[in-house]
Amino acid sequence: MLHFYILLPFLAALLIGMFAKKVNRIHTGWLVLPIPVVLFIIFCLKLPVLAEGKIVQSTADWIPSLDIQLSFYLDGLSMLFSLLITGIGSLVVLYSIFYLSRKEQLTHFYVYLLLFMGSMLGVVLSDNVFVLYTFWEFTSISSFLLIGFWFYRDRSTYGAQKSMLVTVFGGLSMLGALILLSITAETNSIRMMIANRSDILESDLFIPILILLLLGAFTKSAQFPFHSWLPDAMEAPTPVSAYLHSATMVKAGLYLVARFSLIFSGTDTFFIIVSGIGLITLCLGSFLASRQTDLKGILAYSTISQLGMIMAMLGFGTGTAILAAIFHIFNHATFKGSLFMIAGIVDHETGTRDIRRLGGLYTFMPISATLAFIGAFSMAGVPLPIFNGFLSKEMFFDSSLKLEQTAGLAGTFAEWIPILAVVGSIFTFVYSMYLVFGTFLGKQNTDQLEKKPHEAPIGMLLSPIVLIVFVVVVGLLPNLINEPLLAPATAAVTGDLPHIHLAFWHSLNTPFYMSLTVVGIGTLLAFTLKKWQPLYNRIPGKFSSDHWYQTIVNGLLRSSKSITEFYMTGSLRLYFSIILVFLVVSTSIFMYFTEGFTISVDDLAPITWPEVLVGFVMAVAAIATIWMNQRIAAIIVIGVVGYGLSLLFVFFRAPDLALTQLIVETITVALFLLCFAHLPKLKTSDKAISEKLIDFIIAVSTGALLTIVAIASHSSKSFESIAKYFVDNSYKLGGGDNIVNVILVDFRGLDTLFEIAVLGLAALGIFAMIKYRDKGDMNQ
Amino acid sequence: MEILMSILAGTLFAAGVYLLLQKQLLKIVLGTALISHGAHLFILTMGKLNRGKPPILVKGIEDYTDPLPQALILTSIVISFGVTSFLLVLAYRTYQSNKTDMMDQLRGTDDE
Repeated sequence: MLHFYILLPFLAALLIGMFAKKVNRIHTGWLVLPIPVVLFIIFCLKLPVLAEGKIVQSTADWIPSLDIQLSFYLDGLSMLFSLLITGIGSLVVLYSIFYLSRKEQLTHFYVYLLLFMGSMLGVVLSDNVFVLYTFWEFTSISSFLLIGFWFYRDRSTYGAQKSMLVTVFGGLSMLGALILLSITAETNSIRMMIANRSDILESDLFIPILILLLLGAFTKSAQFPFHSWLPDAMEAPTPVSAYLHSATMVKAGLYLVARFSLIFSGTDTFFIIVSGIGLITLCLGSFLASRQTDLKGILAYSTISQLGMIMAMLGFGTGTAILAAIFHIFNHATFKGSLFMIAGIVDHETGTRDIRRLGGLYTFMPISATLAFIGAFSMAGVPLPIFNGFLSKEMFFDSSLKLEQTAGLAGTFAEWIPILAVVGSIFTFVYSMYLVFGTFLGKQNTDQLEKKPHEAPIGMLLSPIVLIVFVVVVGLLPNLINEPLLAPATAAVTGDLPHIHLAFWHSLNTPFYMSLTVVGIGTLLAFTLKKWQPLYNRIPGKFSSDHWYQTIVNGLLRSSKSITEFYMTGSLRLYFSIILVFLVVSTSIFMYFTEGFTISVDDLAPITWPEVLVGFVMAVAAIATIWMNQRIAAIIVIGVVGYGLSLLFVFFRAPDLALTQLIVETITVALFLLCFAHLPKLKTSDKAISEKLIDFIIAVSTGALLTIVAIASHSSKSFESIAKYFVDNSYKLGGGDNIVNVILVDFRGLDTLFEIAVLGLAALGIFAMIKYRDKGDMNQ
Repeated sequence: MEILMSILAGTLFAAGVYLLLQKQLLKIVLGTALISHGAHLFILTMGKLNRGKPPILVKGIEDYTDPLPQALILTSIVISFGVTSFLLVLAYRTYQSNKTDMMDQLRGTDDE
């Protein structure tokens, strides 16, 4: 049945695309809404099955010969993500009904959104790595379409292009890793790979696999240094930002790391890369967030930083850390989704998202403000048990402290990690406060706003309310989701069921003091924000990932342009030279290494003087053409070569050839004569001596190569000619005495047919060239 | 004999290639003509020279020159004739339309 769940959004996208325009009276979103709701309910109904430790799976053939099956399975981890995708999907669709006006191209929007939903479900449910990759790229494409939804804005197309380039770069790296994985583990199924774990760990390809796979995960999840696409993707409509860029797509990278951590977890490389990058992203993202002035910009950097924190915990790989990561994935989706929706409401009701122009909105929009406060406090990890973010942050601190007990590299770095965690969290606190206080409290300047601010309609508030209810309920009663949801998900990542009871109030332990430190320093920094904010301007732009992206993209464009301009000069002479030099060099090298230069004088015809004389005259004539500067002389000299050749044909017993050559040469000379009357005079070359020398070297080496090839191939005949067959059968089968003619029209008649076609085409072409002229010529 | 003929074919090629690298369209056409002569001679030489009688069946003679290269060259002569005449007319038309037959003036513009 899993196939049907994944197919449902795609089917719906097809139907919406075809018929939504026919239903004029209601907002298209209402037609879409039932799909995620139904899927959410279905997935919820499966929860008891998972709690028993079973999994749901189904398989169908796709390309059996390549062992690519549409095999899907639902375990705890997939369940968590499926519920997020469908649950938040429903809320986002509901929100978008009130957010997007009916003047927008709603059909497009919902088709893209449904495509995204279906492919995201496909990513988290796939067992076959290649099916996973297919859906992975589907999410990139649908996300690209959604970011560029307002395609008439330059910023939107820029953001869409950037996210496409970065995520597809990662996606292709991931494909490389998946191919290597399937070669090493000799299976395409993720579960089988986990079973063959030791094969992969002992393989020489382990490091390339890990790095390529993590490139995919890091680009998708906006980790350092690939984070810069996410802030630019904020040009998408807000429901898209809330859905894709906080709750679902950016977590695909986390899903990937979690899914494969049963293979890689415990190795030092995995720990150092995943945790290292995660912690850097956490600190960098939260540090940069307070610099932003756009509400969605702050939220984008906040998402980056939170994803870094989850990534770091996945890298820790201990039971507590994984549970905390899973818990935080859930929590982040709830509070970040609601904060994005509120940012959208503020934008919708005031006409701006610039935090410098906002302030004191609390009196106008108390409900939104309350929701925002709860969401932001949860994000900051304010130590009150009604915020789920606090609980998961505590667990983050806890797991970072417990690393000392772990063996290997994790133990070595253990002392530094809690410090980094606290630093990252301090800035998280700062930007959370900056976000809500800057928007909702402080000085009112409503007269400067485009619209008079007022509370949003209830339909728009409904979705953030539901999410904030989750924030508070999970904050108060974490065990409500622990047993049915988080525990199976953790089990799917670590391999065994965790026995951690989520208590909503700890005793006074170290993590709690760490939280208090965060709040203390954070409050101090938040109040003095105005004083130290100029510090950001001191950071040179060179260090930003944006700058690097631009440098790389511009550099690629520039260097490919300069390379192309370097050799595509439009000069025929250069192209000929390149072709000939390559011909000479590659053939010589090949012949040298295969010992092709054999010269034997065993089987040669005796030298007879008439031929030598004719040959000598031809050679002289050919060389003389180079210096010809009279047209008539050039014709005669070319004629000498041609007639000389026909003489040689006579000497070498080829009567038909001699005849043809004679006639053809005559006609060619006649043609030259005809044309020359209309052509300009031959000019003596005005080239520099060095150019002439290069031409000379190329010409002589080409000629020498041809000579050597001729001699060498004549000296190494490996089998007899098939001439005897033609001689024997010319009369018997062909009924003719002239063997050459019998070959031409009988044995190999097809050649002759097409040679006639060539001649006919040439004649037609010449006729057309002479007959048809463009208008410019007609006037002359 | 074959070695001498190989050298002749190489010489024809070298002269043809040198002409190909010139600036004037006319010289390039002449170059292609020389190169096709060289190629024909090359094919003929590869099929052994001066062995036996011309390939026309006469009673009592067993030994003939290899007829297959001759058939190939015959096809090739006709085709290169077609191509050369086409090129010539093309050169003629080029000169008519553009008033020049110097290759470096026939490059077209950058924004094409």
